[in-house]
Amino acid sequence: MNRLTAGALVAYAATAGAAMAQTEVTMWYHGAGNEVESNILNGIVEDFNAAQSDWTVVVESFPQQSYNDSVVAAALAGNLPCILDVDGPIMPNWAWSGYMQPLNIDESLIEDFLPGTLGMWDGELYSVGLWDAAVALYARESTLEELDLRRPTLEEPWTGEEFMAALEAAKASGNYDYALDLGMNDQGEWYPYAFLPFLWSHGGSLVDRESYTTAEGALNGEAGLEFGEWWASLFEEGYAPGTSEDPADQQTGFIDGSFAFQWNGNWRAVATMEEVDDVIFLPAPDFGAGNYIGGGSWQFGISESCPTPEGANAFIEHALQDEYLAAFSDGIGLIPSTPSAAQMTENYAEGGPLAVFFDLSDEQAQLRPVTPGYVVQSKVFTKALADIANGADPADTLDAAVDEIDSDIEANQGYGHE
Amino acid sequence: MATKLTQSNRAGWLFALPGFGLIAMFIILPFFFAFWLSLTNQRLISPNPTEFVGLQNYQEMLSLAVVTLEPERDDAGEIIRDENGAAEYPRVRSITRSDDYPQYDGMREWFRWQSGDDARVVIASDVVFWKALTNTLLFVLVVAPTQAAFALGLALLINQRLRGINVFRAIYFMPVVVSIVVVSLLWRFIYDGQDGLLNAVLGFLSFGLFEGHDWLGDPDTALGSIMAMSIWQAVGFHMVIWLAGLQTISPTLYEAAAIEGSSKWQTFRYVTWPGLRNTAVLILIVITMQSFALFAQIDVMTNGGPLDSTQTMVFQAVERGYGKQDISGGSTISVILFLLVLTISLIQRYLTRER
Repeated sequence: MNRLTAGALVAYAATAGAAMAQTEVTMWYHGAGNEVESNILNGIVEDFNAAQSDWTVVVESFPQQSYNDSVVAAALAGNLPCILDVDGPIMPNWAWSGYMQPLNIDESLIEDFLPGTLGMWDGELYSVGLWDAAVALYARESTLEELDLRRPTLEEPWTGEEFMAALEAAKASGNYDYALDLGMNDQGEWYPYAFLPFLWSHGGSLVDRESYTTAEGALNGEAGLEFGEWWASLFEEGYAPGTSEDPADQQTGFIDGSFAFQWNGNWRAVATMEEVDDVIFLPAPDFGAGNYIGGGSWQFGISESCPTPEGANAFIEHALQDEYLAAFSDGIGLIPSTPSAAQMTENYAEGGPLAVFFDLSDEQAQLRPVTPGYVVQSKVFTKALADIANGADPADTLDAAVDEIDSDIEANQGYGHE
Repeated sequence: MATKLTQSNRAGWLFALPGFGLIAMFIILPFFFAFWLSLTNQRLISPNPTEFVGLQNYQEMLSLAVVTLEPERDDAGEIIRDENGAAEYPRVRSITRSDDYPQYDGMREWFRWQSGDDARVVIASDVVFWKALTNTLLFVLVVAPTQAAFALGLALLINQRLRGINVFRAIYFMPVVVSIVVVSLLWRFIYDGQDGLLNAVLGFLSFGLFEGHDWLGDPDTALGSIMAMSIWQAVGFHMVIWLAGLQTISPTLYEAAAIEGSSKWQTFRYVTWPGLRNTAVLILIVITMQSFALFAQIDVMTNGGPLDSTQTMVFQAVERGYGKQDISGGSTISVILFLLVLTISLIQRYLTRER
């Protein structure tokens, strides 16, 4: 045996020994396929593993589309990882089902966090997010000038009439394939996330937010029907492309100038700013009952079956540092969870191009219904909106959605709401 | 026969054991599970205990009713008509959401027809299920004969001794070995309403007269588009089975037919077709069963839309069981689907039995 191999063996034994001392903590993440996101997360994990000697976090990434199904299947099979990445509105369902345990982290760490980033269920903190997301109306300054439109502000957003007039002006100009792109091809969680705020702004709601035991009157009441008619008109009048929109066209449509306006998440903001110099991000229109955006994005939580919750809590505490929040924000344009992290970012620091959204998220973000039944309600809402967009009668469709939501709540004995 | 099957045939049973074992474990046992679950209120994940609910799931899925709507009349008793002369009817929701008719609570219009001045409306408590059922049956009715016929045509074409015939065999068979998910994604681009390949080709062939059509976005063409794509995708598989059948027919029969001076059609009708009898039975049953299981195309291409025009039984079973966490509802659909396929297969067996 020569000296070189002996040296290698010693080195190997040393690393193996170090790894043995650290207990493995598994983690699942929803961002497979997104390189920027994966790199940032891997950086956090590496820092954590190097910073202490008790735990070593191992990440496994899944594509977002199949992530929730994977978790539920793993939960049934008893194979959940320790640290779970969970979409905010889904969390109550998993917590209620007994697959998650409350977090046990230092409360001072989350004092300044945006309300939408804290996942509360049954009075306890189950999940916490490094960022929140916001939706905005993407537009070009030149478009507003060309169509002679007032620039809406947070204090004075467009009213419903102004918004429709803007769409009409864009359509009449003939310069665009469509006045407004809503991202209708993505029939997943995007629908309730992006479009529930329109319903809220009309004064309706997906379920009764007081009792969470019925949707009757909330979704198909007067405000709900008004929303439904308005929604149908967007497609009848040809303002917006429908559900069969090509995903590729949707991705590039605003940048190419085929859409005058686009209702899009701010995770696309950084990429769009690179391509479109005079892009501006306008607040949601106010249809009479206030203007809202959806709150609550992906968050970290701990599974009930985790054998080493101390390690999992330690990792989450570690990940909540401002520098990581800022890194995610710079990488994918999301809103950092704390004001101090916001100051460290390019876009959300004072005077930054997206700074306005930090305040918007702080003041106007509304959580989607916080109930275990949301998993079903989200699907029902998505189908109802897709059907109306395709020409179904709004009243009948919303009635059917209400019936389905109510019978689901009944079948689940009220989902634990009193 | 029976005695030989049960006695002194240990080796035979031993050989069959792995197959029987797997079938029992992955098909028969799950079926009994599904049947049991369909009688309960089992959820995918839930802290609530599972309860036995009897036939409630079936009742909620299958209940239908017909209501008669009388046209709206003005004070003079004249029927109110819109500008096209069509009578106006009260909305169905005035009945289904009224306290006067508790028996129709939660039901919704499926379809209606005209009967004199009145409109008869079929309302169902689970319209999506009924649409899924009719779509699936329609799919089977169209796809099974068309696909079998196309496959036979292709098999006859490639059952010739020509140079390079293997190239054609490979080309026709190729879609079968590509994953259905990939094929579905590709066809989504082909059917694209804006700048899809199909629209481009049709526009070119019609010298620009064809304006372009949103194939998957139009409720009238969505299911047809999926049928066409499904037929294309699996036709190669059945072609190979037909081909195997063709090659079992003895050449001496063809020689005899040729000596007798039979025409091409007569040869096909009286030599080839009778020789393919068993193959035909097999292919018909296999395509029928595969068509009933339509899922991946729907999941990738349309998600059941637009307006439920492409809902299918299996898609709904998965959507309910996993998407909406309602395992009992998904199981109920599975059981209904099983009974349906079983009935149709038995009918097919009976009709094609050896006489």
